[in-house]
Amino acid sequence: MSTTIKTTLDNGLTVLLRDVHTAPVASFWVWYRVGSGKEHVGITGISHWVEHMLFKGTPRWPKGTADKAISREGGMWNGATWYDFTTYYATLPAEKIELELEIEADRMTGALFEPKEVEAERTVIISERQGAENDPLFLLSEEVMGAAFRVHPYGHETLGHMCDLQGMTRDDLYRHYRTYYVPNNAVAVAVGDFEPERMLELIRKHFGSIPAGELPNAPHPTEPPQRGERRVMLEGEGNTAYLTVVFHTPPATHPDFHPLVVLDTVLTGASGMTLFGGGGTNKSSRLYRALVDTELATQVSGSLVPTVDPFVYSITATVRAEHTPAEVEERLREELEKARSEPITEEELNKAIKQAKAQFAYSSESVTGQAFWLGWSEIFAEYTWFEQYLDRLSAVTPEDVLRVAQEYLRRSNSTVGWYVPRNEH
Amino acid sequence: MSIPGPDDILREVLPNGIVVLARENHDSPSVVVSGYLAVGSYDETDEQAGLAAFTASALPRGTTRRTFDEIYEEVESVGASFGISAGVHHTGFGAKSLAEDLPLILDVLSDVLRHPTFPPQEVEKLRGEILTDLEEREHDTRRMAALTFRELAYPEGHPYGRSLIGYPETISAIRRDDLVAFYEHGFGPRGMVIAVVGAVEPDRAVEQVEAAFGDWEGSMFSREPLPPVSRPTTIRQKFVPIPGKTQSDIVLGVPGPARTDPAFLDAVVCNTILGVFGMMGRLGEKVRDEQGLAYYSYSRVEGGHGPGPWTVIAGVNPSNLERALESIRAEIRRICQEPVPEPELADSQAFLVGSLPLRLETNEGVARAILEMEQYDLGLDYLQRYADLIREITPERVLATAQRWLDPDAYVLAIAGPPEEAGSGRQEAG
Repeated sequence: MSTTIKTTLDNGLTVLLRDVHTAPVASFWVWYRVGSGKEHVGITGISHWVEHMLFKGTPRWPKGTADKAISREGGMWNGATWYDFTTYYATLPAEKIELELEIEADRMTGALFEPKEVEAERTVIISERQGAENDPLFLLSEEVMGAAFRVHPYGHETLGHMCDLQGMTRDDLYRHYRTYYVPNNAVAVAVGDFEPERMLELIRKHFGSIPAGELPNAPHPTEPPQRGERRVMLEGEGNTAYLTVVFHTPPATHPDFHPLVVLDTVLTGASGMTLFGGGGTNKSSRLYRALVDTELATQVSGSLVPTVDPFVYSITATVRAEHTPAEVEERLREELEKARSEPITEEELNKAIKQAKAQFAYSSESVTGQAFWLGWSEIFAEYTWFEQYLDRLSAVTPEDVLRVAQEYLRRSNSTVGWYVPRNEH
Repeated sequence: MSIPGPDDILREVLPNGIVVLARENHDSPSVVVSGYLAVGSYDETDEQAGLAAFTASALPRGTTRRTFDEIYEEVESVGASFGISAGVHHTGFGAKSLAEDLPLILDVLSDVLRHPTFPPQEVEKLRGEILTDLEEREHDTRRMAALTFRELAYPEGHPYGRSLIGYPETISAIRRDDLVAFYEHGFGPRGMVIAVVGAVEPDRAVEQVEAAFGDWEGSMFSREPLPPVSRPTTIRQKFVPIPGKTQSDIVLGVPGPARTDPAFLDAVVCNTILGVFGMMGRLGEKVRDEQGLAYYSYSRVEGGHGPGPWTVIAGVNPSNLERALESIRAEIRRICQEPVPEPELADSQAFLVGSLPLRLETNEGVARAILEMEQYDLGLDYLQRYADLIREITPERVLATAQRWLDPDAYVLAIAGPPEEAGSGRQEAG
């Protein structure tokens, strides 16, 4: 595997470079250490909205010119906002990658936030939220996360509350942008077909003169310990019921994280290491056998996400027609109790590790996928987290998995949500 | 890396008719298998809508050699995955594994494609999963708009006009015997194509495919030609009310060009200008960006063996519905009336040509491209000719293709969304 070079410019910009010469393409990303995990009520959704505004032009790249310039070179371009980050990237034919450096350096400071554009985007963002509200699983997740987190901002969706989307002003957005979009709060990642020295030179040329900024020193909210099971009942349209159960879990840097990855794999199958999901089927996982094979549910999935602050491990099932969330929950509890009382087998452990190795190999096919993981792991830990991932997993023992199951899959550490179709009442 | 072509794609036809395509790539220790069989929803009737998809999903539910649990235990234990799903003309299959596990994955694929037993209990389990999914669909605005578009755009009995996964009535009525009969009639090696791309030598790949499928015997069945499809002459529209939703989804379009149409790439360029380039072309710029009417708005031309849809797709707030539709119509009118300015055409051409390396970066991408060349008889040098084919398209050709297929006053429109605001006064299709 190629090696990664990490360095920091004088203005505090962290730089990660990895040359990969398998295809004549390169991917360049800028990650900002800001996302909905740093928002409070009143400005929820602001990081995501700011991301949208960065596509609305600067004096040097007026609206519509940068995306066309990227497309003209055959590139793909996008941005994303999540709990711990806001990121922008393009993947291009390798000889054109400097274009993306130019655009990202320019919009780190130069985005216009024209009032007219802010207002036009308000309706787009509200429309995005309404589209999400069409999905019962979004509504359920929003309720469950709100109940699981009373204090930490992970409890609200990245899209933000509707009232905040209606109320935020251009000045709120611009202030957020100027506060967090500074080189000392950012990570630049380049992966692809280039010479690292030359790429570092280019990054210096475009980003080196951007001054560092002063980051807010606000105390970081800590979620208080949960002292008993929480339950959320949601009624809505449709004919299908859903069940979600979440458990508070430690952050990515905690030693328990990798045993939890193995536990999740045994329970709900391997997770994809590619950009968006993937991971194949999970039909040989314990929960598929317990819930889907038994015809109580039609699908089950698990999600353990690496984060900066403690987050949750979540399990979601689609309840099969003629069954109820209560039945699915009961069977799920039995399976979780089993995981808390007996260690997993060596075969299950080896299978989980082989699955992770395969997913890792698949993810290395694309420079975009590699850049994503390097950047994201630098945000929640350090890029070496990604590089050491397989070694850490290989060191996990069945006893470790038993211990973390006992520690985190406690009923008193859970928040349960049911989505029940209204017409069933 | 070079663009895949006749020099590095091995193409072999096995004695039983199976076409094997293989291309080597050792950048990652993985391999992708992808292909299709010559059977699909084309070969079912309206009354049995969903039969081909049901059959395809039932194949891995048990074979003469393995139970459902054993199949997935074996595959998932090595971090591999596979899937089989029906399309209209074909039933596609795909698998991904580490290169060392290719023989295993081919053995499992061969087992499920050749020796399925359709265990009754598994068929019922699967039926329940499909019915739950169909219930979810009824409350999904995007899926309902897409389905309704198909039903309106194609005449009754046309395989493009019915749901690929079926309807609650048809799925409930399909018997296990129907699955067995459909399988026995339609599944065989004739017309089967399989591509292997990844860290395996092409000769070895062909050998391994032959070991797994070489002794499969069977003959081709015949098909009636597709029923004729006429271009809409008026606006044909239908609104599907789904209470409790906050956003409406729109699908507006026409039965479009087949992939085999000589002017298909003209339509691709035209569509890129209309709803792809940059942040989703002219539609993205006008509907989403300038007017803030939608979270998404784009267009796509599907192609396929027959007149696949050419559609504009948008998600809008119900109160913006009429304005968004007006804006979409205005863009269709413009592309049908005014020749596209040279620089704008050049941009879209540059995008289509320049994005080729990105599309060919992964094994999946290469396999997809190889299968497309085989399926539509484009020639294995197609990707190498692609840049020239795109660059020779002129504004006149783009205009001609727009006028041939699109019309701002004659199209099919399907909308799914909340009833209150949007449904009022909207005319229903008869």
